[in-house]
Amino acid sequence: MALIKDRELSQDSWLYIEDGAPVPSAGGAIVSLERWQAERDQLSGRNAPIGVRLDADTAPESLAVDIDRLDLIAVPFDHFKDGRGYSTGRLLRERFGFTGELRAVGDVLRDQLAFLERCGFDSFEYAGGTAAADALKAFDEIGVVYQTATDRRQTAAAVRNHPSRAFSNGTSG
Amino acid sequence: MYIYDEIDQTLVDQRVNQFRDQVRRRIAGELSEDEFKPLRLMNGVYLQLHAYMLRVAIPYGTLSAEQLRKLAWIARKYDRGYGHFTTRQNLQYNWPKLEELPDLLAELAGVQMHALQTSGNCIRNVTADQYAGVAADEVIDPRIHAEIIRQWSTLHPEFTFLPRKFKIAVTGAETDRAAVKVHDIGLIAKRDAAGELGFEVIVGGGQGRTPMVGPTIRDFLPEKYLLSYLEAVLRVYNRLGRRDNMYKARIKIQVHETGAEKFTEMVEREWEQIRDTAVELPAGERERIAAFFNPPLYDATGDGAEILARDVAGDADFARWVSTNVAAHKADGYAIANISLKPIGGVPGDASAEQMDAVAALAERFSLSEIRVTHEQNLVLPHVRQDDLYAVWQTLKSYDLHTPNLGLVSDMIACPGLDYCALANARSIPLAQEISQRFADLDRQHDIGELKLKISGCINACGHHHVGHIGILGVDRKGEEYYQITLGGSGAEDASLGDIIGPAFPYDRVVNAIETLVDAYLGVRADGERFLDTYRRLGADPFKEALYGTH
Repeated sequence: MALIKDRELSQDSWLYIEDGAPVPSAGGAIVSLERWQAERDQLSGRNAPIGVRLDADTAPESLAVDIDRLDLIAVPFDHFKDGRGYSTGRLLRERFGFTGELRAVGDVLRDQLAFLERCGFDSFEYAGGTAAADALKAFDEIGVVYQTATDRRQTAAAVRNHPSRAFSNGTSG
Repeated sequence: MYIYDEIDQTLVDQRVNQFRDQVRRRIAGELSEDEFKPLRLMNGVYLQLHAYMLRVAIPYGTLSAEQLRKLAWIARKYDRGYGHFTTRQNLQYNWPKLEELPDLLAELAGVQMHALQTSGNCIRNVTADQYAGVAADEVIDPRIHAEIIRQWSTLHPEFTFLPRKFKIAVTGAETDRAAVKVHDIGLIAKRDAAGELGFEVIVGGGQGRTPMVGPTIRDFLPEKYLLSYLEAVLRVYNRLGRRDNMYKARIKIQVHETGAEKFTEMVEREWEQIRDTAVELPAGERERIAAFFNPPLYDATGDGAEILARDVAGDADFARWVSTNVAAHKADGYAIANISLKPIGGVPGDASAEQMDAVAALAERFSLSEIRVTHEQNLVLPHVRQDDLYAVWQTLKSYDLHTPNLGLVSDMIACPGLDYCALANARSIPLAQEISQRFADLDRQHDIGELKLKISGCINACGHHHVGHIGILGVDRKGEEYYQITLGGSGAEDASLGDIIGPAFPYDRVVNAIETLVDAYLGVRADGERFLDTYRRLGADPFKEALYGTH
């Protein structure tokens, strides 16, 4: 498993902490939603980055009130065909204003990367069989987008109606 | 029709390159078949019984002559000289080779075509009324919004891994030729009291193993909110639609299990949050797209009607074709010419490369270079001058494209069935051919009148049997092909689902059973009644009695 962050291969500085296991005092820690909800004050008072794992069948609304206290949200894809996480990503970013690291984990493959990025994911625990370096190309394969999404890339319609704007593949929009 | 600009072209070109790399990785073994599957499906590539099958998108069934020529060319070069038009207004090639598919797709891209989203659990190719733009009873040309939806849904990042496939159909007319009530979303364009344009939104219709006529969840959606509303429906479905059982994963099951009222509330609540965001098209874009569908310049000079009357009077075969296959056009002096792809004993929806070339040439000469594909697997020349109809018919005749059977019993829908399809339980095509031959006598077909017969080779209902006036469903019974017959279905504005009439028949008794039903209808019909009307008036009894009664 390799970590892709902001379209680059990256070192993972986060640890997943099992429920019941002690949370280290330093370094990024990812806990379950249940643990977060039970221990949110201790966890956010820890003075180190904190993340929550939000399972596919859990509504992102459950994190709405806590969104500013979190540095990372991990959204698992048990199977790449289960596309609920795409909506989760957009809602966390667009509706609840999450600005931390949004991480796709699980069955995350090369050919889902560009879609995931458009839905607000900026880090990926890459599970693909091909070399992760090769997978980085997947972000740039299609340079045209027709619909607005979290990444706020210029849509085809926007470019047409303001011809001076060019397409950009970046996420800055 | 809509013409790609550089932006649209860039997308399909890049998509071809992307797929070329995916195929390369598959052939090199970097991708397992399991991993490759969703990728090829996103590009319309199925693995069938004998070979890969490619489904080419024909958005809302509109083709240019140049595009149809290219489809013919591809049929010769990459297939066995023919193609199959489908109930989603698409075209299927049954014999392409995997390693040649990228080149084939590049050829398609060269004429502004693609195979995007013709399969997979995504928003499929959007369909529309085949008489769009030429029907007199139309509020607006539905292709404007079908194209808007095509663009919005193309590689939509959020809705590419839905619980199941998702089909949208649009009509702008009162007469429903697009079967909007049996789609995941059906849209009917209408105007409110103030004359503003909007849509009736129907969600959760469908066929397959759980057929349903979809409920209307909004009577009038102002046009400017189309995309945000669709996005709200899709989001509610993507988040909460069932994923535990692929047979219960279509949105119709969600709507049914949630209840239409509660489902509507969920959609409306979601929509409230996004309706005034940037989802909708910017000003100018709708007008840009609409301009492509402005009516062409018609030339109503001359004595079209008179010449047509003379031609009809002088040739009884032509007269018969005009009476069945020609429909009224909204412009004076013009007509809509339907080309039946159901010759007696033929394979419904198949067209040879020669036939495609012939239709392309006819379109160029007589129909402003435009062709339509219908969901009933026929072709249409939408803009033919009345005084050209005779010449058109004569050419059609030399290509066996002149069968005067539109809407009649031999104008059947049939899925590919067990001859091609990996899912089928039973054959559809040979059965369709035998029924067609049994009713070969055109006088008899005309006497029987409108009769929509639809055949599916399995419960997935690709042959639309649920909405056939007579529906035939192939089932497997201990390794033997049996066929269940349903009566009283309709896919039109009076949509209804057929009722199973009784025990199924083995293959070699189906044609007789159909004939028995037709004879029963002829015995009891009232003046001017179609088969469907008689069934609705009298119910199943006379038909049951004819089929199963003791004599």
